[in-house]
Amino acid sequence: MTKINWNNYNSKGFYDELMAAPGVPHPAARQLCEYLAQLDAGELRQHKQAAEIAIQVMGITFTVYSEGSQIDRAWPFDILPRILPLSEWQRTEAGLKQRVQALNLFIDDLYHEQKIIKDGVFPAEILTQSANFRPQCVGISPPHQIWAHICGSDLVRDKDGILYVLEDNLRVPSGVSYMLENRNVTKRILPELFATGRIQPVDDYCSQLYEMLASMSPRPGDDPQIVILTPGIYNSAYYEHSYLAQQMGVELVEGRDLQVGDDDCVYMRMIDGLKRVDVIYRRVDDLFLDPEVFKPESTLGVPGLMRAWRHGKVALVNAPGAGVADDKVVYALVPEIIRYYLQQEPLLANVPSYLCMRDEDRKYVLANLDKLVVKPANESGGYGMLIGPHSTRAEQQKFAELIKADPRNYMAQPTLAISTTPTLCETGLEARHVDLRPFILSGEQIYVTTGGLTRVALTPGSLVVNSSQGGGSKDTWIVDVDETEQSQGSA
Amino acid sequence: MLSRVAENIYWLARYLERAEDMARLISVNSHLLLDFPHATKLGWDSLINITSTEELFEKHYTWPDETSVLQFLCGDRRYGSSIIASLANARENLRTTREILPREIWEEVNQLYLNIAAKVESGVTPRNRDSFLKQVIRSCQTVTGLIEGTLSHTQTRTFLTLGRSLERADMTTRIIDVRSANLLPKTAEDLKPFENLQWMSVLKSLTGFQMYRQQVRLRVRGPDVLRFLIQDTAFPRAVACSLKDLSLALLPLPRSEEVQGLVDDLARLLIAADVEELAHEPEQLHLFMDELQVGLNQVHTALVSNYYDVKHPPKP
Repeated sequence: MTKINWNNYNSKGFYDELMAAPGVPHPAARQLCEYLAQLDAGELRQHKQAAEIAIQVMGITFTVYSEGSQIDRAWPFDILPRILPLSEWQRTEAGLKQRVQALNLFIDDLYHEQKIIKDGVFPAEILTQSANFRPQCVGISPPHQIWAHICGSDLVRDKDGILYVLEDNLRVPSGVSYMLENRNVTKRILPELFATGRIQPVDDYCSQLYEMLASMSPRPGDDPQIVILTPGIYNSAYYEHSYLAQQMGVELVEGRDLQVGDDDCVYMRMIDGLKRVDVIYRRVDDLFLDPEVFKPESTLGVPGLMRAWRHGKVALVNAPGAGVADDKVVYALVPEIIRYYLQQEPLLANVPSYLCMRDEDRKYVLANLDKLVVKPANESGGYGMLIGPHSTRAEQQKFAELIKADPRNYMAQPTLAISTTPTLCETGLEARHVDLRPFILSGEQIYVTTGGLTRVALTPGSLVVNSSQGGGSKDTWIVDVDETEQSQGSA
Repeated sequence: MLSRVAENIYWLARYLERAEDMARLISVNSHLLLDFPHATKLGWDSLINITSTEELFEKHYTWPDETSVLQFLCGDRRYGSSIIASLANARENLRTTREILPREIWEEVNQLYLNIAAKVESGVTPRNRDSFLKQVIRSCQTVTGLIEGTLSHTQTRTFLTLGRSLERADMTTRIIDVRSANLLPKTAEDLKPFENLQWMSVLKSLTGFQMYRQQVRLRVRGPDVLRFLIQDTAFPRAVACSLKDLSLALLPLPRSEEVQGLVDDLARLLIAADVEELAHEPEQLHLFMDELQVGLNQVHTALVSNYYDVKHPPKP
């Protein structure tokens, strides 16, 4: 590892999150870059080691599966933060709120009158073939008409410098605990930089989450009993479930801890008897929630849970069926959905998308498989994708067959030139691709995290940021830059 | 506290205590063997008898020699109460309840498991047997010390204490049972030269020799040792003392009357025991230990139905 010289940093033509040009940082990143440049190689290495030790001591882990057994791994973390100016973040935040508000109206409409279909804005066939539409949820009205209480939207920046929404995770999005822990680690490593007071705090999330969950309680006024429902220790996000339970001071329960009484209320088994539960932040997928309604063989869920929810005796967060809008084909139509429900123009850009169910689009996709990214409608975690420019002939051939067999299940997007940010690798600074996952809480009000979780593809040139596939993460700083600095930066 | 978590914690304590006491059990047997003349038939198979594992052992091993018995009781995961299996279970239980215990406890148990797993991997042999057993005992006590010094007096601690006391009482009866094993010389005449030695070994394996000396102030005599190990309420590994701990831990719990009653019954049984007779009649002693073990199991069953397997109708 050598001393940092920003003049030698090369993002190879990609838009870079910290550097505007070789040796010239963006205004919001200037302070950080100057600080790092004055560290000698030894100090830099010490910082990196200090972070590794902190992560080990704090026990920040994630679980990976390997040959049938699960292993707890240390969370891969890079000490160089990713930085966005406050002004840009405020615009993004407004766009995210607009987006999630529209998505909630959309989901609620789909489970009630389906006006958007009747008005010809949303094709009925997309709904009939949706893997995540739950007929069992039709007619149910959750409090405040909110279905997707917690949304994690993935943003990426293209070469034009614009942030695009890549997808909205409305089922059980994870990663927020790492966002919080990344900040804790960075504060230990770079305390000097936080002293300036320009880096916006992130630690409000858990109390906002608690407030939102409490506001969903069917017994308002009382001290609501909130629990987190986890599939258990073998789930890859178990660390997060346990972390959030600890931070909010609520019980972390498994399906077998809960039961539904004859009065349709949900109870948890405590040593002093049964205790009623008001709000369940469930981290178990829809289909495993209630063996009486969904997969009968599921042991992760609670028999009768859907009955309790339908009768309004318990709040489920996110609501079952919310995933209907977490579909990469529905994604392509989100700009239309925003216009339809809110009569507003979308504030955030969608990546242009080709829907294989449309004849024209499909023809184009099949002819350009080597240039496009093809995604299945209902996968998450980066699985089942074809990244055209990095794929072999055989892979393209395989995807052509898959698309022809089930066009509704595929969409394609142009390959984005996803932005990079300086990352401290074994040899020194190198450019690595990043995305950003902010979390949006919808209750009586909508709250957006300050920044979000920045995920980084640690393999050179790779675009895959998932921790299960060689991705790591960074702290994300939203930095307040005043006007004079802005103009200096562009001069 | 969630019933599942309470049960988890309770078993965590039982597994840790079991690992420690299994090490003590093996240790007492090996010391007895060293002190006995070759003429006696005492061998390693008595440990298989005491742990009631004849069937499982015979399925996987051909002969109960020292190496096989050590491997079976220390390092064989197919036997659920072997040292390695107990530690693996303890670690697994702790993993699922990490958020409610101080993290040092997790780190210690994790480390202990990893160390012992590496050692049994390379084999527990007669030569390294002693240091291996000592390490198990000492590490388990470190965990107990951490619990003592860092865990608040909440229900979590209550269930840890319940598990530990119950398991300890049970394992002490098994360790005493070594003395009553069928393989010992039956007649008083044959026994005489070795009697003191045997009881001293039992005391030492329970780290009770000094406490016995201080409290009893007599030369080591069978009935006195037996009285000390089952009826004493001050020595932590004595059965009566474990029952007292159990009884005290139950106090703050709701609906504990039934369990409390069972513990009281057992305590009365202990006090009524005729130690003079038991000390000289291995058969009687064995039956009595069996009776205690059955009673302890009833306490366990009552804990399960009362706290872990809750099915009470909803409160109004």
